[in-house]
Formats: sequence, C-alpha cells, structure tokens
Amino acid sequence: MSVRIYVPGDSAACSVGADDVAARIVELAAAGGVTVEVIRNGSRGMLWLEPFIEVQTAAGRVGYGPVEPGDVAELIEAGLFDGRPHALGHGLVEEIPWLARQQRVSFARVGLADPLDLDEYRRLGGLVGLGRALAKPAAEVADDVLASGLRGRGGAGFPAGIKWRTVQEAPGEVKYVCCNADEGDSGTFADRMLMEGDPFTLLEGMAIAGTTVGASLGLIYVRSEYPTAIRTLRTAVDIARIDGWLGEDVMGSGRAFDVRIVEGAGSYVCGEETAMLESLEGKRGMVRPKPPIPALEGLFGKPTLVHNVLTLSAVPQILADGPAAYQALGVDRSRGTQVFQLAGNIARGGIVELAFGVSLRELVEDFGGGTYSGRPVRAVQVGGPLGAYLPDSALDVSMDYEALLAANSMLGHGGVVVFDDTVNMAAQARFAMEFCAVESCGKCTPCRIGSTRGVEVIDKITAGIDPERNLVLLEELCETMTDGSLCAMGGLTPLPVRSAVAHFGEDFHRSANGRPRQ
Amino acid sequence: MTGKATPGQPAVTAEATLLESLPPEERLILPCLQHIQRAFGYVSDSAVNVVAEFLNVSRAEVIGVLTYYHDLRRTPPPAVVVGVCVAEACQAAGVRSLIEQIEHDFGVTLGAGTGSGAVEFAGTDSGGVEFAKAYCLGNCALGPAVMVNGRLVGRCDIGRVRAAVVNAQVVPR
Repeated sequence: MSVRIYVPGDSAACSVGADDVAARIVELAAAGGVTVEVIRNGSRGMLWLEPFIEVQTAAGRVGYGPVEPGDVAELIEAGLFDGRPHALGHGLVEEIPWLARQQRVSFARVGLADPLDLDEYRRLGGLVGLGRALAKPAAEVADDVLASGLRGRGGAGFPAGIKWRTVQEAPGEVKYVCCNADEGDSGTFADRMLMEGDPFTLLEGMAIAGTTVGASLGLIYVRSEYPTAIRTLRTAVDIARIDGWLGEDVMGSGRAFDVRIVEGAGSYVCGEETAMLESLEGKRGMVRPKPPIPALEGLFGKPTLVHNVLTLSAVPQILADGPAAYQALGVDRSRGTQVFQLAGNIARGGIVELAFGVSLRELVEDFGGGTYSGRPVRAVQVGGPLGAYLPDSALDVSMDYEALLAANSMLGHGGVVVFDDTVNMAAQARFAMEFCAVESCGKCTPCRIGSTRGVEVIDKITAGIDPERNLVLLEELCETMTDGSLCAMGGLTPLPVRSAVAHFGEDFHRSANGRPRQ
Repeated sequence: MTGKATPGQPAVTAEATLLESLPPEERLILPCLQHIQRAFGYVSDSAVNVVAEFLNVSRAEVIGVLTYYHDLRRTPPPAVVVGVCVAEACQAAGVRSLIEQIEHDFGVTLGAGTGSGAVEFAGTDSGGVEFAKAYCLGNCALGPAVMVNGRLVGRCDIGRVRAAVVNAQVVPR
C-alpha cells in the first residue's frame, strides 16, 4: 500500500523540526516495508501545532501535532498510516474548529498541496482568475478590482482599484508592478507563509495586475530574512514561464509579463514603498517625498503599481468569483477578508483569515486561547512596531480600518502581538524609539533625531528624573515626529509610545510607586 | 575594466570578473555588493574600488550603500552568524532573558543594530560565532526565534541556541 503524508516545508514548521520529522517518517516507513509519499505542503497556519502532519485517508486528511521526531515511532505503532486516533491526533483537519471557522480567500490553498505543484494549483482553482482577466478589456478588470472594495493590505489601506486605474491611464510605454514583500513588522508572517505555501497565487495576481495596467515586468522585493520564500518564488517563476503564463505571451493573450525576484539587504524602512523603489534601483533605501506618487513616477521614474503581497494575492480570487463575492464580506468600508496573524505570547498562534469586523477579543481569546505562559493578557500590539498597545479593556474593538483608527490604533499588516502581565510597557515604549533610531533612513530630522531623543527622554522618565516634565516633553516630541516626519516610520513611532503612556502610565513611574517591573 | 586589476591581488580580479558576468539589470550598486558578498563572504575595501570603477560611480556612493544595509559586511564573517530576533513578538515570548543568557554563556554583548564581534565557542577551534540583533525573522508565533547561518530556529531557549550553533559548525553553509 502507498500512504500519502503531508509534512509542512514552511520555515516556521521547519524551525521546530519538520524536516527531521519528515526524514524520520521516511526512515521508519521504509524499515516497516510501507511505501509512503511525503509531500512538503505549506503550513495550515496552526503554528502552535507545528510540526503538524497529515495523513490522507478515505474519509479525508487526518492531522497530528505537534509531532517531534521522537514521536514518530509511537505514532506509526498507533496506526498513523491509517489515520487512527492518538493523543497528538486532531481528527479530520477540515473539521478542526479553529480552521473551519475561518473564511479563507487569500489563504484558501495554503497548506493543501505541494506549493510548486502546478497541476495541483490548477485543480484547486488556480489560473481561473488570470484567464477571466485576459478575456476582458483591461479597463473592466480595473473596475472589478475597484468594485471588490479591495484596499492595500500593507497598512495604508488605499483603494487598490484607484491605483490600478491611475497606473493604467498614466502615459508611457514602460510601466512596472512592484510587489512589496519586505514584511518587516514584528508579529506578521502572512506574506512569508503565502510566498512559501502558495507562490503561484501571488504570481497570478501580479500577472493580472501587469496585463491590466500595461506593465511587462513585475518585481517582487523580498526581505533577505526570508531565504525559503526567495527560493520558492524563483522556482515558481521558472515553472510559470515554462507553462506559458509568465513571459512573452501570457496564456496566449499576446501580452507580455514577466517577474523578477529581488532580494533585500536588511532594512526595515525599505518596506515603505518609496524606500523600496530606491532599494530596487540599487541605492540606499531612503524615503522619497510624495508627490510625485509612485503610480505616476515610481521605479526608475516610470508609472509603477506598488502593492503588498496580500493585496496582489487577493486579486485572482476576485477575478475568478467576481467582485461581488469579495465585496459581500466585511463591514463598512473594509471589504473582503483580512489575514490576521496571532503572535507573541499566545497559546494558539498562527494565521486567522476572516472577514473584517471580527473583534480583537475574539482573535486573542477565542482563536488565540490567551497567553502561552498562561498568565493574564496585559497588552496587545496591533499593526506591527508602529501600532498601538491596547489594554484588555480595549479588546472589543472591531478589526477594521476605520474602527481601529477611531480607537487611536491601526490595522497595519494585520499583526496581533500578545503580551502577558510581566511586560514592562515603559521598556516597550523605549524599544519603539530605539527601533526607529536603528532603522530610520535618516532623510528627515524628526525621525532621525527625534527617535534618539525619545530613547533618552524615556530613560530619564523611568530613572525618576523629573518625570512629569519629561512626560510633557515626550508628548511634544511625539507630536513633532507625528506631524513632521516624511513617512510612517517617524510618523507612527509615536503611536506605540503614546498608547503605552496613555494605557499603562503606571509603568513610567518606576521610582515613584516603588514597583520596578521586571 | 578588469584590465586595471593589479597583478598579485587575485581577489580584485575575481571580483571584477564576477561583476562582468552580471546581467544588465543587476548592474546597480546594491546587487553588485550582494553578489560580491555572496561569493567572498564580505565586501573588502578593494572590492569597493572595483564596484565604483565598474559602475562609474564614486567610492562614496558605494560606501553609502554598503553601510546602509544591515546585511552587508566589510569584514570576513566568522564560521557561524546568529541573528537573534529582538522585535516585539519575540520580546513578548521572552527574548530579553534569552539575550541575557546568550551574553553570559557566550561572553558577547548584543548592541543595537550591530554584530557582537566574533568569539570562539566552547574553547574549540570553531572559526568563531557572532551574534547580531535581528528585527523580525517572521516566526512570530513560535518565538523566541533565531537564525543560524540562514536556518530559522523557533521556540528558542539557551539550549536550543547552543545546539543550533554547534550544529552549524559541522554543517556547511
């Protein structure tokens, strides 16, 4: 008999031993005379269960996790190859409530198959969107994207369709599509998991974008911290070229579109779109003033459509199912789904894709299961290192662009980082400033100088040196950085700082209340 | 341009040859430096000259790019390079105390945005190990995370860090 077993090749799964588990399964199966086919799929996103292995049975795929190499012999003994129950077993994967409750659109295929198996990609609905897009006038495709309500998933939330139209209507023969895969926000890993787990979806989204706006070249700027994603994407591009849906004649449409993968070199601010363009031109990743907007003058001065990985990856499904299906999900002006990433000190961390409007509390408590340490949740940072720290009392906020803004927070790239009650929020505020000082591109003064002054002022406050006056000074500094910085790096660093002061003021009075938090 | 390489400086010739082999779209400062670092482990001062000459830009422009990006280095790397994620999600998962243990056990200091400098590990002829702060490795649900010679390690404690460093010494990059 031949048994099909899935062991994720995702780098998070491999960081806790998936490679060793796969090797052990092959070794023990061979010793037992069982033929196994081990497929290295993407991760289902249930990261606390990694390495999460699945066995194909007549009833469906049965999951086990977290599996350590030392567990494999016992699992096989207990009937792993037949999907029999075990203490590490979770039954049919499709019925696991954590997964079944999600509304996966962008992540619909991640974890189902070998990410580089193009036949599987087609079988699971891939390339339908590109086919539909190529069959209609380009202007209608841009209209579809606009009608879907899709907004930029990198953080800014700008309506994607408006950008598409702008680039489409911009004069010029040479245009570019640039995918921002410089996912530097702490607490976010959805871009990485999608690039590793379903790279064809991103490439298909780029091909739709390129053929629609009239660009013949797309570039994916991937951060160097993601070597597996870079390798996977490069192979996926080669496969797509051979198959004829990237290159000189995309799917026989007569339109050309090719993709090149560009590796970053370690710089957080290169996740800012204009700094990314500078880096793609081989220069220091310095932020450009806007205007001109990249849609009109972007890479090498040409009209450039810049989108985050998740924005482009939502496009194939929008074209395949029609914009109305996507638009039907979500709330108010936040349409469709958001890929939330549960991270930090959390019991059940991973990928939760849901329509906008779920509450932060549902994510942290129902999906996340509270803290990994088992201690009470004290703070949740939403939206990466430039996002606000929210206290328990604020967790009922609806997770959509506008509701988070109204709560002096922001959605960012959808990262949710949970801290337990041992966190020192003055130290977190200091880190926000320190991070800004390390990563500032240096172009504008409020960010370059303000961040260093911010570290110093917070140090004075926590040392008990004239804390009241220095807190006023910190607030003034935050105001200057917010209003005077060129980009979100300096402009939003005050967000975590101010929210820490506002919600966790007691941590800034270390000497005053005699309770030095650890 | 290769013709200007001085005899007796084979590294320069090799670097120039490498640059000559690059396709047109990679003939930009950053990709040139990345290719040199990939091939030679770091970007030497003489390589800076080679890049400047090859691209017909000033040395200052090349050094500007070289010093801007955290990944690019001007000194040869030790056998093992460890990036320790110090970003918020790993802080929440306890990386602050892990760093204290790393600093104590390996006798290093992790500065902001810079490497620790190489230290010998466990008294062996290890070729050295260097620790640097990293700002997010994308393993935020399985922190603390470190990257050892490009291999991601999750749910780290000092024992797992130590094992990964030892393993990296025997596994070629």
